[in-house]
Amino acid sequence: MKSEILWMIVGMGLVTYIPRMLPFVLFQGKELPSFLQGILKNVPYATLGALIFPGILYIQEDLWYGILGAAAAFIAAFLGANVIVVVIGSITVLTVYSYFF
Amino acid sequence: MEEVVSVRSSSEFRKGIQAGVSIGIGYFPIALTFGLLAKTTGLTVTETVLMSIIVFAGASQYIALSLITLGTGIFEIVLTTFIVNIRHFLMSASLNENVEKESTGLKMLYSFGITDETFSVAALRDEKVTTGFLFGVITVSYSSWVINSGVGHIIGASLPQTLQESMSVALYAMFIGLVVPSMKRSVKVVFLAVIAACFNTIFTMTEILSTGWSIVSATLLSAIIVEVVQTLRGQEGEQENEK
Repeated sequence: MKSEILWMIVGMGLVTYIPRMLPFVLFQGKELPSFLQGILKNVPYATLGALIFPGILYIQEDLWYGILGAAAAFIAAFLGANVIVVVIGSITVLTVYSYFF
Repeated sequence: MEEVVSVRSSSEFRKGIQAGVSIGIGYFPIALTFGLLAKTTGLTVTETVLMSIIVFAGASQYIALSLITLGTGIFEIVLTTFIVNIRHFLMSASLNENVEKESTGLKMLYSFGITDETFSVAALRDEKVTTGFLFGVITVSYSSWVINSGVGHIIGASLPQTLQESMSVALYAMFIGLVVPSMKRSVKVVFLAVIAACFNTIFTMTEILSTGWSIVSATLLSAIIVEVVQTLRGQEGEQENEK
């Protein structure tokens, strides 16, 4: 193994791990101000919005591909399907779509 | 008594494994392709698997490969990784509000496994996020990531193109499957997700911010705006009640 690559991997690992780990240590056993707690409780839902859009539109060059996948997932989830079913369902819809188009 | 505790935590671990399966499926095509690209970039199988073991962050590992191809220096690659992954700080801070009481040592251990996907699955759990559950989710995700990176390098091919393309929707579908049930229950969640999605789309389209910063900024802006509006409306409501 090239030592240069090894150092790069170790560096990447450190700068990735530190932001993941710090909040658990910094805020351990501390009660944050309630306004800040409110914001942090909002973060998961906001993150999901940002993780989905616009990324899902660009999974393939064909814009409709992403839109169709998003619609299939949304409908399945809205009808109350389990997350696994939503995932497998939208993969299936897109496989069928690319088979025909 | 001890037995009761260990039975409880092992069933929590099992629930975590189940909840993590979607991530395992979603990581499969991405890790496979990563292994393949790493091979074409000139990394050995050991280096490839080692990167997945030590870094465990999809987007930044892909970026590292393209930077190596461009001949970028180590320092720049590490700095870019830092910028791309700084969003996990926000996710850990948020998750920390929701996890069961645990020793700092164990928290430091499971914090290694916080990715966009493991965070989403854990943070949207209705019940308290237990340590066992987190370890379950992370175990499935991490194994899928590491093993499939190696497999991709060794077999030197990805999935048939049609399947590869359709599987690229997996993680997005999982995010949708996670957030929609909460959206049905609460208008606040709808606002949080839609506002963040709009900001992120604007930041990305106009190329004002790089992807890493764009997600952090969109998330924070949305979370703050909704919280401020809710607080203000709450005060208004209280004043009206007083009348």
